[in-house]
Amino acid sequence: MTTSVARIFETMEWGPAPEASGPALDWLKSHGGELGHFIGGRWVPPAAGETLEVINPATRAVLGRVAQGSKADVDAAVAAAGQAFPAWAALSGHARARYLYALAREVQKNSRLLAVLESLDNGKPIRETRDLDIPLVARHFYHHAGWAQLAATEFAGYGPIGVVGQIIPWNFPLLMLAWKVAPALAAGNTVVLKPAEFTPLSALCFAELAQRVGLPPGVFNVVTGDGRAGALLVEHPDVRKIAFTGSTEVGRIIRKKTAGSGKKLTLELGGKSPFIVFEDADLDSVVEGVVDAIWFNQGQVCCAGSRLLVQEGVAGRLVAKLRARMEKLRVGSPLDKAVDMGAIVAPVQLDRIRALVDQGRAEGAEMWQPSWACPTEGYFYPPTLFTDVSPAATIAQVEIFGPVLVSMTFRTPAEAVALANNTPYGLAASVWTENINLALDVAPKIKAGVVWINSTNLFDAAAGFGGYRESGFGREGGREGMWEYLKPEWEGGRGKGEGSESVPLAVAAKETTLPSSPSPLPPIDRTPKLFIGGKQVRPDQGYSRPVRGRDGRVLGEVGEGNRKDVRDAVEAAHAAEGWGRGAGHLRAQILYYIAENLSARSDEFAARIAAQTGATAEQGRAEVDAAIARLFSYAAWADKYDGAVHHVPIRGVTLAMHEPIGVIGIAAPDTHPLLGFVSLVAPAVAVGNTVVALPSTPYPLSATDFYAVLETSDLPDGVVNIVTGDKDALVRVLAEHLDVDAVWYCGGVDGARMVEEASAGNMKRTWVPGGRDWLDPRRAEGREFLRHATQVKNIWIPYGE
Amino acid sequence: MGRAFSGTMTVMRGETRIRRPHSRATGVSGGGEPTGQPPPSGQERNPGTPLDLDLIRAIRVNRSAVERRAATLPRRRTVKKEWQAAWLLRAITCMDLTTLQGDDTPGNVLRLCAKARAPLRRDLVDALGVADLGITVGAVCVYHALVPTAVTALEGSGIPVAAVSTGFPAGLNPFPQRLEEIRASVEAGADEIDVVITRAHVLTGDWPALYEEVRAFRDACGAAHLKVILATGELATLTNVARASLAAMMGGADFIKTSTGKEPVNATLPVGIVMTRMIREYAERTGHAVGFKPAGGIRAAKSALEWLILMKEELGDAWLSAARFRLGASALLTDIERQLEHFVTGRYSAAHRQPMV
Repeated sequence: MTTSVARIFETMEWGPAPEASGPALDWLKSHGGELGHFIGGRWVPPAAGETLEVINPATRAVLGRVAQGSKADVDAAVAAAGQAFPAWAALSGHARARYLYALAREVQKNSRLLAVLESLDNGKPIRETRDLDIPLVARHFYHHAGWAQLAATEFAGYGPIGVVGQIIPWNFPLLMLAWKVAPALAAGNTVVLKPAEFTPLSALCFAELAQRVGLPPGVFNVVTGDGRAGALLVEHPDVRKIAFTGSTEVGRIIRKKTAGSGKKLTLELGGKSPFIVFEDADLDSVVEGVVDAIWFNQGQVCCAGSRLLVQEGVAGRLVAKLRARMEKLRVGSPLDKAVDMGAIVAPVQLDRIRALVDQGRAEGAEMWQPSWACPTEGYFYPPTLFTDVSPAATIAQVEIFGPVLVSMTFRTPAEAVALANNTPYGLAASVWTENINLALDVAPKIKAGVVWINSTNLFDAAAGFGGYRESGFGREGGREGMWEYLKPEWEGGRGKGEGSESVPLAVAAKETTLPSSPSPLPPIDRTPKLFIGGKQVRPDQGYSRPVRGRDGRVLGEVGEGNRKDVRDAVEAAHAAEGWGRGAGHLRAQILYYIAENLSARSDEFAARIAAQTGATAEQGRAEVDAAIARLFSYAAWADKYDGAVHHVPIRGVTLAMHEPIGVIGIAAPDTHPLLGFVSLVAPAVAVGNTVVALPSTPYPLSATDFYAVLETSDLPDGVVNIVTGDKDALVRVLAEHLDVDAVWYCGGVDGARMVEEASAGNMKRTWVPGGRDWLDPRRAEGREFLRHATQVKNIWIPYGE
Repeated sequence: MGRAFSGTMTVMRGETRIRRPHSRATGVSGGGEPTGQPPPSGQERNPGTPLDLDLIRAIRVNRSAVERRAATLPRRRTVKKEWQAAWLLRAITCMDLTTLQGDDTPGNVLRLCAKARAPLRRDLVDALGVADLGITVGAVCVYHALVPTAVTALEGSGIPVAAVSTGFPAGLNPFPQRLEEIRASVEAGADEIDVVITRAHVLTGDWPALYEEVRAFRDACGAAHLKVILATGELATLTNVARASLAAMMGGADFIKTSTGKEPVNATLPVGIVMTRMIREYAERTGHAVGFKPAGGIRAAKSALEWLILMKEELGDAWLSAARFRLGASALLTDIERQLEHFVTGRYSAAHRQPMV
């Protein structure tokens, strides 16, 4: 001891600061080193007898074995959750709040055990699990104990969905559990959780805590195993919702697998998040921001700031500072309290990182790594910086999911935004500038669910987290996250599409004459066209389709739209995106004006409805009146669907902004040719989306008549586009279109399945809003529609001078 | 602090392996731009530079980000056992053992000086096996009136005497008087002069005035080292702290120092982060290494370790000795002694067991 103190006095080097792993290993030993599933409140061995090794990636030591879930296991877990659901859902919010509160307390009481276990299993530094993961887990349960308490009043009219299947990743095992389990239980759902195969331990330890607090058996179940167990859960018919966090690749598969099942879905997927540095930023603080962005959790973070975009004039200085900082980072045993980075979770991930880095070098980017070497006994990778990276480079486009940063330069704020958005992803962004005007100008322009101003990787239970674009949909955290685990109480058990939507087709009459006219003169042909970009245009193919009334007589003809017409309509809708940046007041004025102009022609519209559908004149009139009222409702909403300021534990504000989704494809219901169309188009445009609308296939004339109303109402060109034809054929083009951001579909079950399946191409949002009484404003208008028409962007703005 | 040594002995299951072989060329461009690398270590004094107003005015500090760094830094790094003991010894050698009270007399200053020569109980020194290191404090810091007492008491020890000066602590005496005060203390044998700046120059953004003031102080110091106290607790913003740091270094400061110990807020980690970053910036631009002295409110051994961690992380090993780092403190020494006794004996110690400062 004595000589070493004198020696260290001279060198002033770092020494080891190990955290004890004993208690965590003892916990594993208490289960005989082998853990079963947790089903119905009991430990259950795998039905098929298959088990998996759990490895410590920092040492390659085997920590223990867990069960591989088989069909029988998943069935048993879903059955247990289904059995527990009615009683759990029927509990008062206060009672559920007590359970969640107890879970939060239990997590705190066992915080070090969980932190060590997580570090052993995942390879992440104990410093992170101790200071970030586990405290945030407790925070999530506290916060959602609050939502359970308030659910009956704050979410009146909504209730739980049922059995929820949750599949979580290996990068933040227990934190992702908390993000999913806490809101699900608070809302009254029961859960079957499938942890990642690499990191099942903390979920199982949490199950034991749940047992200890007396959570009713079956409310929370864990089935461990690899992707096979996850797939079984996704496909299980009694699971009413799937919540998944993981890769976009697997997210796409899940989207396709659940298509047409009526299962609700939230996906938190990958990212390639920009970290934007303007020339007036505090560069030394930027450097620490980068450390927290990409060298946090070894870069295995879905929202990692992995693309560094630097204003050209300061790029040289920043890179020099970054390299100096990287030289001081420490990689080592995750249980050492003084390391910055631990181990990569598994060899497969390490191989992927290495391959991508090799590719980056092969493609000509300059790679830089610190001079020191990583430990060799586990799966370690050093912090890595690429400069001279072009947007075309593979490493600039794909998610590396490792401690690898790629940097590029930009000249202007506009170019920074363009580069930031030059990705299929849209999870998060970080913006560094001391100019508040610049920061608040750029933040709304970035396509991302979270924007951190002069900060990065801040998380809190009170603020929603989730993606735009192919980073998935749905939010976790905050009020916005609770909606993902609720459904309107009036909605039936399954709700797969519209069900009884189909309209009996009129029998084709023999004569195909034009409508008769009381005038002695022959009637003037009146063939509606498509409405694209504010213009009436003929269909690309030059075909028309007849529209027959209930009596079989031809009422008129409409254009037979095709994929090129849909393409043109989507282009026109994009060209009109300025609509969403304008004031809500302006949109309100135009919606009122549309209502006014519709009202002036209400007799004509009523007659047309009656002629098409066989409704009585009175019913036709009622539908027109309802459509006018609906337009008024959304005119009213246009400047009232406010966002929120979340209470997060920083000195600053977190703005939850409601942003339009973008271009929404709408396949209107076949029934209620006017009201159905208006009920979907109006909320979409009220909050700033632009729309490509496909009217009712049998009764398209109310929609085509409607464009004349739009034309006289000052609606900017391209905000609403209407393409007539075979709705299901056209909606496929919309659902497959990679530049359409959402599709709302009313129609049959097969159509709904097709739309949901095709949406996986760019992970566009889908909604099947059918199966409701369009005349009932309690079900057919309001916040539910506005929620689907918007996505929440959380902008974190720390302040203080 | 005692917590760091408490609890069961932990079994290490895998060592942190950080190999630092030869440094690789960093391929950084030169041309007057900062390089991100510390300058070569040298003991030559900072001569100052012409006033660079553009640089000073361009500095922006983001308070929230700095505070985040300050909050996480002590969580990212820690030293335990032998390492902690060695680092605490190092902290002693960087300590400006200070008394700045109105009731200071030759009597208590003599006691302070005796402690400065032998800051650690002999039995602890032996148990730690560091007798050969000749551990003493970095300097003794007193008011002008006590300089002769301290100089005499420390004769032959090699421990410098520092005098606070220029109308300490407010610094609002007539300017010629403040210069005269410096000269008098140097004349009386002070090796180091801790001056206070006119806070008004910072608060009004009058950087030329601040620069000229420091220049004049430096000239008055002659061979004595100049430590410039920014009194950061009265500078309102971290951006002001950063700009004042730069102006003081351009004016020829050998050290920049946080506080007099008399402001409502003294040395804080965020302020330390900003000042050390400016020292780095200045070193990268000019090649001159300026020292850093946090002072005021540093009483716990744990804080001393945090300051050392900050120096190592933000500035590097070249800033871990008394030539470039001082801790202004008095009660701190007793706490460090207690911790070292705990390290040696395994028992928590008491203040009354350590010879009084």
